[in-house]
Amino acid sequence: MKHMKFALLTSVAAAAFGTAAFADGHASCEIAEGRVSIVGNEFPAIQTVGAGAQACASDSVEVRTNLTADHQQINVAGMTGNPAEYTSAIVANSSIVALMNEDVIRPLDDLVAKFGGGLKKNQLITVGGKVMAVAFMANAQHLVYRADVLEQVGVEAPKTYEDMLAAAKKIREAGIMENPVGGAYAAGWNLAQEFNNMYIGYGGQFFKDGSAEVSINNEAGVNTLNMMKALSEYMNPDFLTHDSNATNAEFRAGNVALMNMWGSRAATMTDAEGVSDDVKNGFAIAGPMTVGGGNTPATTLWWDGWTVAKNISDADAEATFKALTAAIDPSILADEEVSKQAVWLLDGYQPTAAAEGVFAAANAGSTPYPMLPYQGLLHTALGAELTDFMQGNESAEQALADVEAAYTAAAKENGFLQ
Amino acid sequence: MTTSRAQQRSLALNLLIWVFVVVWLILAAFPFFWTLWGSFKVELDFFSITDWTDALFGPRTEASYGRPFTGAGYEGAWVQEEFWKAVINTSIVCVSVVCISLTFGTLGGYALSRSGYRYTFWLLIIALIFRALPQITLVSGYLQPFFAWNLWGILPTTIIVLVAINQPFTLWMLHSFFTKIPMELDESAKVDGCTQFQAFRYVIIPVMWPGVITTGLFSFLLAYNDFAVAAMLLQEESRTMVPAIAAFLGTTQTEGNVMFAVAAVVSATAPLFVMVLFFQRQIVSGLTAGAVKG
Amino acid sequence: MKHRTFFWFFLPSGLAMFLFIFLPILSVISQSLFTPHDAVLVTVENCGPFGCTEETTVDQEATEALRSDQPLGQWAGLGIYLDRGHLAINEVRQLWQTAPSWGSFFDRLGNLPFYRAMGFTLTYTFIVTPLTILAGLAIALAVNTLSSWLKGLVIFFSLLPFIVPPLIGSLILFWMIDARGVVGSFIQWAASDPGLSLKASTGLTWITLMVYGVWHSAPFAFVIFYAGLQTLPQDTLESAVIDGASRWQRIRYVVVPHLMPLVTFVALIQLMDNFRVFEPIIGFSASAHARSLSWAIFNDLGGETRLLSSAAATSVLTIICVAILLSPVLVRTWRDFNGKT
Repeated sequence: MKHMKFALLTSVAAAAFGTAAFADGHASCEIAEGRVSIVGNEFPAIQTVGAGAQACASDSVEVRTNLTADHQQINVAGMTGNPAEYTSAIVANSSIVALMNEDVIRPLDDLVAKFGGGLKKNQLITVGGKVMAVAFMANAQHLVYRADVLEQVGVEAPKTYEDMLAAAKKIREAGIMENPVGGAYAAGWNLAQEFNNMYIGYGGQFFKDGSAEVSINNEAGVNTLNMMKALSEYMNPDFLTHDSNATNAEFRAGNVALMNMWGSRAATMTDAEGVSDDVKNGFAIAGPMTVGGGNTPATTLWWDGWTVAKNISDADAEATFKALTAAIDPSILADEEVSKQAVWLLDGYQPTAAAEGVFAAANAGSTPYPMLPYQGLLHTALGAELTDFMQGNESAEQALADVEAAYTAAAKENGFLQ
Repeated sequence: MTTSRAQQRSLALNLLIWVFVVVWLILAAFPFFWTLWGSFKVELDFFSITDWTDALFGPRTEASYGRPFTGAGYEGAWVQEEFWKAVINTSIVCVSVVCISLTFGTLGGYALSRSGYRYTFWLLIIALIFRALPQITLVSGYLQPFFAWNLWGILPTTIIVLVAINQPFTLWMLHSFFTKIPMELDESAKVDGCTQFQAFRYVIIPVMWPGVITTGLFSFLLAYNDFAVAAMLLQEESRTMVPAIAAFLGTTQTEGNVMFAVAAVVSATAPLFVMVLFFQRQIVSGLTAGAVKG
Repeated sequence: MKHRTFFWFFLPSGLAMFLFIFLPILSVISQSLFTPHDAVLVTVENCGPFGCTEETTVDQEATEALRSDQPLGQWAGLGIYLDRGHLAINEVRQLWQTAPSWGSFFDRLGNLPFYRAMGFTLTYTFIVTPLTILAGLAIALAVNTLSSWLKGLVIFFSLLPFIVPPLIGSLILFWMIDARGVVGSFIQWAASDPGLSLKASTGLTWITLMVYGVWHSAPFAFVIFYAGLQTLPQDTLESAVIDGASRWQRIRYVVVPHLMPLVTFVALIQLMDNFRVFEPIIGFSASAHARSLSWAIFNDLGGETRLLSSAAATSVLTIICVAILLSPVLVRTWRDFNGKT
């Protein structure tokens, strides 16, 4: 594990060999013929990858992309038919699971061996020894704060959530901000994600070893909820409606001094129009925090990468693999705009200041978001069942018991539990 | 308009009516005008997270652009994000849905109103129950077959799905309009030797427009407002306006362009304004004119 | 009309509904009766940019064998309908046996997803539908008294809440009702409570959603009623005046009975649409406080692993509930129909 983390970092600094051969990446797709059709999310880094693949289009090679926020709703259906509509889906470690559960993506080992010379080992996502995806960017949630405000009350950037609470208390008492803590606690996916982070920070295990049986109704679970509740006391009272968009807006408006935010959003945090100079100058990034005296940061690591569909001809699979490999060639980083779009996992990527939070997360031994077939079901159950506790309508134990019951019903239905 | 005795009102009542209408208009139109005004501001002003008056005076917009108004949202939506493509797609979808819906609906609704057999009642009831299925279920059921038959992602599929979803409502509406057109009209035409279709073509069509216009208005709005179907069944380049606007809003891990969305919302309402002004006479007279006798 | 002629007239409409509504309903029903196969899980080592971990995954080859035997999935019968996510028979029975009082029984019943969704959905439906009809009627009566040049303008502005797409309309209002937004500030000022937030309390969120519901659909009722008012027989009205009927009596005994078929129609459509309330819950990010049946379906379909059978079962339950809800109106229509022939 340590070894791989190290690989991530060294690869960033060192320009590995092989890059030169692909220097003019877009031009050298070297695809004879085939069909490439990509479905994925629509954020800028993925737009870049999509455009890179489209540059491979020629008279004999058809390249199409469908980049939309609803990609998760359509990618399984679009890859199920034979031949599949989509030859590739761009996914993250949470969403690749749905594709593997339905068995619609193919192992890439032979393609990597033949055409993947330019890919680094740590870009390859392997499941049971088989390469199932190629990652190109990383993401994590970490601390974002207002250095000027913390200085005013005389505290350091918090290293733990306990520090964060103490700092929040001081800021409120000093009358600087009424609700100094921001958090994407919107009911649903966001709230569940915050639970996951904190629960990992408390050293909790989501499932009994090697089985789909959930076990979160324990001390770590209760501590997690109590910490979330304590933090929410320092948040805007509408916190259950605040997704990361709304939380970001709060920070920009200068209402919030401390928050756990996505690294992918840190780069553009103060770019928006109308952000006051105080916020711009005070804006600072730090690594993720720990909680409850634990060593594992209360955050999860994420990657985004591409897959290749199973139900397509080998020629189309080869074309897709080549086009996407060309699209994430390290040469794309020459464009400064592009290199700012994400924390790229490509050779020669120089982390910008905005990326240091994600790097700190990777360095501090954070856990990747679990790639379990049934993690998504637990995530949904958490998002729906924790709101009663956060509103103070039920006890932590009851909320966790509800989550377990909801998850168990769902896991039984999907055949993960008998 | 002659004032009959039944329409004479006391001053107090007139006042009451006026107050009511004005209050209603404020409730109905205020959010729209607020959005229109706010669409020329930057996001932080529009959200007015610091203070609600920011949305009125735009201090942060002034700080960024030197004046309290900016067209940046519009420029971003129309030029950078090519919102006009979505507008074209929406126009195609709306016009087709209205035409096809009304054609199918008038034929079906007319038949239902003229046939006295019991099955017409059950057909109406079944149509109604069809309407009860939540749209998201319906749409997620389409995905697999549409992908398999290569029908997914293109406008015609979405159009026909919207027509089908809209059919129960159209049938019910037109059925009730047709029932109010006296049977004697087309019966006498049939006595004169017309077929049923000829009777429909020459006798009913000329007098059915008020009902058809009203129904058409609702078909149009359904197609125009639809999110669930278009978001799931259209690919990126054939997206209609509402999913395109939703796409501006961003996702959990990435930044959206809320002001693009706001500008697009205002732009999306503008053609309706023009349309209603243009068709105002038809709509008002469609709702007013005589064919639907009580 | 002859059966044959009827058939040809009805064919296009019927075919469209058959293909795109009836067949999907059949597939939804079958989906609700089958569940995915038991997954064969294996523990493997997964590696990526952040190192390697031991994780479980689905053994595709072993699972594939199960799948090809029974392509539809495992027969679950009514199992999905009765599980905790839906009717929760076992949980309800247990509550019934252990709950000390009615109050606590209902309180704990509200903790089960289906009953919680049902609670909100029914409340919403039965408050919003009558209010929409009343508001629509009042607007129609008022607009009908205006001079004709004003009508067009007023009709347009009245239509605005209905014209703006629900998802976007509710988003705009969501920004406006924020504690620091214009409407939110106004309400705080009116209630003289600077800490008031419409989004933070369950009760206020429900009220907000319902006000939005009425606001959004009143124009629909208004347009229909307004059309009906144009056909009001003037002679009946005149004779009512001659008989000395007051304004209120004329509305009560002449106008409302004349509009009654339209009221039935609007009630039918509104009951159904309100029962499927969904978009405002998303637009107002209200799912912490208010969940409807449609939201439950969305939640099942929106996760990383989709619960197709569960969503299908909730959909079928929705259809059944709508049918029950509409039955009084349907019986009425049946009587009217029989009276007609």
